[in-house]
Amino acid sequence: MTRLLLHRLGGLLTTLLLSSVLIFGSLYLAPGSPENVLFGSRMPSAAARVAVRHRLHLDQPLPVRYWDWLTGVLHGDLGTSMVTGQPVADRISAGLGTTLLLVLMTMVLVVVLGLGLGLAAAVRPGRVDGAVSAFTSVSVSVPPFVASTLLISVFAIRMGWFPASGVGQGLGGKIDALVLPACALAVISCGFLARVTRNAVREELAREHVQTSLVRGLPRLVVLRGHVLRNALPPIITAIGLLTAGTFASTLVVESAFAVPGIGQLTIQSVAQKDFPVVQAVALLLVAAFVVCNAASDLIQALVDPRLRTAGSTS
Amino acid sequence: MREKLRTTTGRLGLAGTASAVFLLVVLLIALAAPLLAPADPNRQSLLDAYTGPSAAHLLGADGIGRDILSRLMFGARTSLLGPALVVGVSLLVGIPLALLASWYGGWVDAVVARVFDLIYALPGLLLAVLTVALFGPGLTPAVAALSIAYVPFLARIVRAAARQQRVSPYVDALSVQGFGVLRISVGHVLRNIAPTVVGQAAIAFGYALLDLASLSYLGLAVQAPTPDWGVMVSDTDALLKGYWLPVIAPGVLIVLTVLALTVLGARISGEKPPRYLRRAKRTGDRRVPNTAPVGTPNQKETTVGAVG
Amino acid sequence: MSGPLLELSGLTVDIATEDGAPRTLLDGIDLTLARGEALGLVGESGSGKSMTVRAITRLLPAAARASGTIRFEGADVGAMDGSALRAYRDGGVGLVFQDPRAHINPTRRIGAFLIEALVRNRKVPRREALARAAAVLAEVGIDDPARRLRQYPHEISGGMLQRVMIASVLLAEPRLILADEPTTALDVTIQQEVVAILDRLRRERGMGMVFITHDLDLALAVCGRVAVMYAGRIVELRSADTLHERAAHPYTAGLLGSRPAIDRRAERLAAIPGRPVSAFESGQGCAFAPRCAHARPACEQRPPELTEFDGGLVRCARVTEIRPARPSKEASV
Repeated sequence: MTRLLLHRLGGLLTTLLLSSVLIFGSLYLAPGSPENVLFGSRMPSAAARVAVRHRLHLDQPLPVRYWDWLTGVLHGDLGTSMVTGQPVADRISAGLGTTLLLVLMTMVLVVVLGLGLGLAAAVRPGRVDGAVSAFTSVSVSVPPFVASTLLISVFAIRMGWFPASGVGQGLGGKIDALVLPACALAVISCGFLARVTRNAVREELAREHVQTSLVRGLPRLVVLRGHVLRNALPPIITAIGLLTAGTFASTLVVESAFAVPGIGQLTIQSVAQKDFPVVQAVALLLVAAFVVCNAASDLIQALVDPRLRTAGSTS
Repeated sequence: MREKLRTTTGRLGLAGTASAVFLLVVLLIALAAPLLAPADPNRQSLLDAYTGPSAAHLLGADGIGRDILSRLMFGARTSLLGPALVVGVSLLVGIPLALLASWYGGWVDAVVARVFDLIYALPGLLLAVLTVALFGPGLTPAVAALSIAYVPFLARIVRAAARQQRVSPYVDALSVQGFGVLRISVGHVLRNIAPTVVGQAAIAFGYALLDLASLSYLGLAVQAPTPDWGVMVSDTDALLKGYWLPVIAPGVLIVLTVLALTVLGARISGEKPPRYLRRAKRTGDRRVPNTAPVGTPNQKETTVGAVG
Repeated sequence: MSGPLLELSGLTVDIATEDGAPRTLLDGIDLTLARGEALGLVGESGSGKSMTVRAITRLLPAAARASGTIRFEGADVGAMDGSALRAYRDGGVGLVFQDPRAHINPTRRIGAFLIEALVRNRKVPRREALARAAAVLAEVGIDDPARRLRQYPHEISGGMLQRVMIASVLLAEPRLILADEPTTALDVTIQQEVVAILDRLRRERGMGMVFITHDLDLALAVCGRVAVMYAGRIVELRSADTLHERAAHPYTAGLLGSRPAIDRRAERLAAIPGRPVSAFESGQGCAFAPRCAHARPACEQRPPELTEFDGGLVRCARVTEIRPARPSKEASV
């Protein structure tokens, strides 16, 4: 178990390091120098350009700049926004809470609905299963941005139950404003999780050891919970991990749709403004979220299924 | 011909056939948009702004009086072209890589697998957004980024299927007979796994469509005046004023197209149709021989069954 | 308490098929088992022996329909409701499955598996249940039981896992053990040990047993009486001693003849020609007729009845012709 943990942690750090090199390198090799963003349409004098390049450390070779940036990141210094002049860390921390709350609300919805629907379909073949299958087929084809517009037009504009954009004051106002975005994010993931759950539970229900439990006189609920669901967990956990990671990526879209001031909207804004230090930091953060979600799901799986523990590397 | 059509529809099932027909219609409309569209998709007439369905505009007009039906028809072109490019490029890159990896195994396989893992760790949407940050918004950078992001998705499937083929006796037999790598890989292995690859490519097409539409919605891929489904959905002005048709119509089209692609893809690659669509038909021995290669007609017939 | 432990009368199982016509898997099984008795149920695959066990434990597949009655200590098993059925499965019958690897949940420790029924059904405190489990593990010949309890199924061998399965059944102290090919998945050398352990511990505890196997010799060694099944019906039922001496039914004789003898070198093993059929595949006559050397056209017309012969029961129309009567000995069923 410890070996698996270390192995996973190593893989996680490697991926993060590689993607940081990739992100940093590619952004600074981009056509058009970063300092042009500062000058906008003005044509600076050569001296001014040199001065700015020096201030931004652009006159140093790339590996040196990368090293400076990396040590900065490790000390919590993510650089300075080229557009607002604020520290990048401040801009990110302003939106991080909102985004995390949004992802959390989404995943609660996904897990409750997806697991519930999938379980219902698995233990009730026939009509319930058919209805759930039909629902999931459609829901996995509804992208968050289409769901957003549907929800806005019905629940924000027609009914006026929830705000169509922005977030309110305090935690209550935040949660109120994030209900629709969370629903928009949850639609597609719900369908996926319901599907995965149904298939996993179906497969496990057909296993011989379930018969052993039944023939020992254990109550059906105990068998379902302790043997069927428990054993069906690994694929379900993988799915939840992947879907959480995917939700982080989808906040780019949904936060823009609902004008939610989170990391996703910040990313899209910074991309539009070519605010490279912010883009870099945010992209790395999203990659980190993605990688951590996947690694976490692997580790939880190993906790659930002892056979994976001794197997060591699973990849 | 008729007989062939019947077996095809039998194999695809009701939902699969309906999906195929729907996709065909969308494709034809996209190709013939200049002939079919009732109006120029970009012609504005402010007098018609936000008019509902009428004889002049069958689906109404948007905020600057452009004909929605025509925009939907022309929008099908960009909306389908993007994902087609993405899937095409990632297949062109992915299949040779996957065949090489599965044929040679060892370190070639390990390196390819590692690279795939790394790309897999980056969400396609994020990769596309970063690329746009570098090269500016547009369909080309978005397609390029997504092509890279989709390589592992398709290549992993090809690699797994091809590896299963690689160890089957007939490949050894062909090797012994002196056939080369290329001949065996393309002529036999690829042919045998074709249904799986085509099916998964259709599914990937659907996801790529979603991703590209999302990017266009964000203003990062197809640019505003160009008719495109994703761009049309981003018309928040119409939405906030309560005119839902200009926004919901393209949204529904996106959902239906992706739904049709996933249903058809699953059917082609030989997944069982969902229970509620399956009518059992029992002919002879239904057991699938263990040695049947992935997605051979033999297996497909036994697992897909007939759906009326 | 008097009366038989288990009584099957007219047990018939049909399975619904997708084309609508039901197929018969078991056809009118009549059996009784006294307390503490061991009965062998022998037959090839498809003969219905496993289906009989499934019917007794009410583990039939959803598409199957059972008719006839199964009485356990006089209670109608088919009529049991949820809690009665659980109580019956908990302390009435215990089932040893063929493949322990598949039939024990791989994600839970051996200890958790062994004590689950005790803790859940009988509210035995965990600590005490674990102590009992360790004691029974030692009895089935597993060394270092305390360590085994903490291990996972994939960490121990198949033979040991089957002992764990037997231990789990013994722990519940059922009045009846159903052993469904308990040694088929094991190595030959381990088979003997496992069967011996099962037999000894059952006798010590006075438990009845239905021992299902395709191996007639094994059944003869372990059981007092043996029922031979063919195509969903019992074709012969008699005490192990007399069956061993002289099988009455041509099929039983074929089974006895198709094994290699240890004491002489066989030039050619006698095999029963043809392949075994299931109940629904057999025609209206004797199901064994197509493979039977003694068959006459009449055998294919009318199904033979199970009749008394030579101290046992035989389902063969021509048994009196092909097995000349012997001077009657004291034989009982």
